[in-house]
Amino acid sequence: MKALVCVKRVIDYNVKIRVKSDKTGVETDNVKMSMNPFDEIAVEEAVRLKENGLVSEIVILSIGQDSSQETIRTGLAMGADRGILVKVDDILLEPLGVGKIIKEVCEKENPEMIIMGKQAIDDDCNQTGQIVATLTNYPQATFASELKKNEDGTLNVTREVDGGLETIKVKIPCVVTTDLRLNEPRYASLPNIMKAKQKKIETIESKDLNLDISPRLEVLEVNDPPERKAGIKVPDVSNLVEKLKNEAKVI
Amino acid sequence: MKSLVIIEHDGKNIKQTSLSTITAAEQISKDVEVLVLGSNISGVLENLKKTDIISKVNYCDEDFLKHQIAENLSEVIISFLKDKEFTHILLPSSTFGKNLGPKIATILDVQQISDIIEIFDHETFARPIYAGNAISKVKSKDSLKVITVRPTCFEPCAQNSNVSDEKFEVSSNQSKSVEFVTYDQSESDRPELTSAKIVISGGRGMQNGENFKLLEGIADKLGAAMGASRAAVDAGFVPNDWQVGQTGKIVAPDLYIAVGISGAIQHIAGIKDSKFIACINKDEEAPIFNFSDYGLVGDLFEILPKLENELN
Repeated sequence: MKALVCVKRVIDYNVKIRVKSDKTGVETDNVKMSMNPFDEIAVEEAVRLKENGLVSEIVILSIGQDSSQETIRTGLAMGADRGILVKVDDILLEPLGVGKIIKEVCEKENPEMIIMGKQAIDDDCNQTGQIVATLTNYPQATFASELKKNEDGTLNVTREVDGGLETIKVKIPCVVTTDLRLNEPRYASLPNIMKAKQKKIETIESKDLNLDISPRLEVLEVNDPPERKAGIKVPDVSNLVEKLKNEAKVI
Repeated sequence: MKSLVIIEHDGKNIKQTSLSTITAAEQISKDVEVLVLGSNISGVLENLKKTDIISKVNYCDEDFLKHQIAENLSEVIISFLKDKEFTHILLPSSTFGKNLGPKIATILDVQQISDIIEIFDHETFARPIYAGNAISKVKSKDSLKVITVRPTCFEPCAQNSNVSDEKFEVSSNQSKSVEFVTYDQSESDRPELTSAKIVISGGRGMQNGENFKLLEGIADKLGAAMGASRAAVDAGFVPNDWQVGQTGKIVAPDLYIAVGISGAIQHIAGIKDSKFIACINKDEEAPIFNFSDYGLVGDLFEILPKLENELN
């Protein structure tokens, strides 16, 4: 089974983001970038499936600028086999456009499993996996917390849904989006980081794909959220309970 | 303009998330209909027909819709939409809506607007990005808009009406590539972390998993859900579905109680929409105090038993 893992380069989750003063977006210059944490879980899952003999080849796909090569290398160092970068330079990509690009790559690569994080921690859309599943007409198993391969080749996927866990059975090819509980991603070892440098990354220009990936949303402005003001320090437990009861009226 | 709200339910009752989504729909246009899909949903219909704001309940009652498989639901929704003149389709941004919304949008070739928290006009919305650390104001250029709505940002609408219903017959078939296997409802008697009115979370300061028992009694008394910081999850104190924060669950309860949590950026990102935040921490310099309405400096191992007592 060939797995295509889609990864996004985002501002590292530990960075405190800053809204640009002209309100056009969020400051990304000189900010630490990393692989979207949910995508890291997707890479880890693919690598584990390969270690268990269920996946034969792992291809990492990222869509972005040249800098996304670095993110692909992270996946290669974790154990993926090769990478594909679809280059987009000026356009602000939205999930629908990203989904269309991934679908094109799928047509060329024919993966049996397309796996990615359930959402990216920058735009928080939670859409791309569902879009790819719809465009390819493959079944979708979103918010996965467990994957099990059945003897007939189908996959049982346990999904984290509100209030519990749902298990569905999907035929392959399929699209899986990963949730936190699925696994804990490994750190790449130094020898593997060195090895990853030799692995191949193919570059495709998005304009050569002839897709309509123009944005449908216009970002009018990006603002800081309403600020939370520091409150008061209370002297003891009774005072805390009294305030919660009578002032905040929440208990 | 006319909106359609896709109803989330559990087979017996509609979910509060649906009522909040209807409130949001009314802010876009006064003309709101709903569509509910399921199997043996007479109870859901009875309940739904009492809902204010909406002018009509459309429903489809078929065996193959029982388990709310997105592939099946989206097929039916698309055939329902044929020859109808809806301008907006809204779903709650629960796991139900997140799973289904993008499918509908993609079939219609529109860009879904996820998780809106405010409506300016029929095409302009605010949505949180970077886990709520920034708010993006976006204008949609698509002629038909598919929107998911953050339920905690809109009051559930009232139910004092009597609305007519209309059955929608479908010929579409069940998806052959996906089937339902099981659903395990969380065993806990506590409310869900993401919809609880009160959440109490522990951090690295709890020192080990055993000590989380100190939070349990308090959670029981308050009817609170229990959570944890990433540090506590990474240390193995509690399972990672307890994790509150940017990469965990985003919560917005009336009261969030942070115990032994320093207040790392990624944790704050997941709790900052809470109405009130209270914290207990022995380090009075901890960043969590800068975000808390009520802070109590001290040793949590002394404070927690007292707090439980005080709640009696």
